[in-house]
Amino acid sequence: MSDFDFDVVVRSLPYLWKGMQYTLTLTLVAMSGGIVLGTLLAMARLSSIRPLALAAAGYVNLLRSIPLILVIFWFYFLVPLIAQWASGSPTPVAIGPDRSAFITFTIFEAAYYAEIIRAGIQSIPRGQVAAAYALGLNYGQAMRHVILPQAFRNMLPVLLTQTIILFQDTSLVYVLSVTDFLGAASKVAQRDSRLVEMYVFAALVYFTVSYALSLLVRRLQSRYAV
Amino acid sequence: MNYNWNWNIFWEPVAAGEGVYWEWLVSGLGWTVATSLLAWVIALTLGALVGVVRTTPMRWLVRLGNAYVELFRNIPLLVQMFLWFFVLPEFLPQPAQVFLKQDLPFPEFWTAVVALGFFTSARVAEQVRAGINSLPRGQWMAGRALGLTLPQTYRHVLLPMAFRIIVPPLTSEFMNIFKNSSVALTIGLLELTAQARAMNEYTFQGFETFTAATVLYVAVAFAVNRLMAFVERRSHVPGYIAGGAK
Repeated sequence: MSDFDFDVVVRSLPYLWKGMQYTLTLTLVAMSGGIVLGTLLAMARLSSIRPLALAAAGYVNLLRSIPLILVIFWFYFLVPLIAQWASGSPTPVAIGPDRSAFITFTIFEAAYYAEIIRAGIQSIPRGQVAAAYALGLNYGQAMRHVILPQAFRNMLPVLLTQTIILFQDTSLVYVLSVTDFLGAASKVAQRDSRLVEMYVFAALVYFTVSYALSLLVRRLQSRYAV
Repeated sequence: MNYNWNWNIFWEPVAAGEGVYWEWLVSGLGWTVATSLLAWVIALTLGALVGVVRTTPMRWLVRLGNAYVELFRNIPLLVQMFLWFFVLPEFLPQPAQVFLKQDLPFPEFWTAVVALGFFTSARVAEQVRAGINSLPRGQWMAGRALGLTLPQTYRHVLLPMAFRIIVPPLTSEFMNIFKNSSVALTIGLLELTAQARAMNEYTFQGFETFTAATVLYVAVAFAVNRLMAFVERRSHVPGYIAGGAK
């Protein structure tokens, strides 16, 4: 134990904090974007327009059956080509791994949020939809004022649990050498040959944040249950 | 988008090496399947044990089980891989260190199996606990009233029911383990995603390469899904769960 130097953690705290800021930003952006896209996907999947429902189901099932790391590689490869096509530039547009990660995580998480939101919408009794239509609301109004507010309240704990998983999954941007929290920890670890100290510290931080959030979810669950 | 399509790339010889590219992907698939199946054995064994422990009337055992689950659930799998691979050996006695670092063949494979196994065991434990708790308390009481010991009650009354109830959630954990095995590329295991990345870097044929890897993962997921649907049909408790397997 004596040749461990936990001081390296203290010395690199400012650098690690910058990494943590990236991790938190990525988590929050992917969460908001994922929930918005996921809601649209869920509505598409439950739509009575069959091609739309099938396309949404296909998208969600495809993304849910391949590993996140493969999706990260897919988008890291695809996004510059799509940007080139969209902007009409002659060469692929350099997006850079840290920005590519934002697109990847938003699109990937949307598939997972979509399944949660679909279950949430389906948990609302059919009578509510019928009542909304009977009152003269159209589809958009019924969703906006009747179904979604109740559905989101029901699924809040599950959405937050998915966000905790997302927070942990953002560590996978490591494969693109992005300096997120784990990336920062790992760069310091390799520079100073302090793998034990840095990885133990990283584990502690991830554990503390995730565990604290999961306790919060449990409290919400008991307080906000409809 | 000016992209040079070349679906024949899989049959072209590897640049600066032996063989052709499809062999890379197939060997990657082999490692993915081997890692996942072995890890699944660990996950089921440990998960069942910890799950059962968390439903016993023994307070401290329940606490220990809960701590186990929280520990493995709240640290990212990638960090857990690093802890098993880089950190744990440093705390072992000298002979064990030498064995892990020098003598053990395929250290990244065995580390991945153990890391993935423990990680998934926490999830399995959660399902097992939920399965046992979903049984009416009368079952437990009846078992004890018949004079069965606590282990006998579990062995003959609770577990045969609980395991059959939790087949559907276990199916999704079983499918997850194949996806999660890709994290092992960070410690150098040349599984499917790693091989796809390498092939992309050698050939610049990202579309073809990643499509092939995607198809292989989807095929594995489909196979697991069918296998578990079969298990679900065979283990379905008559009259207990409406419908049963699709």
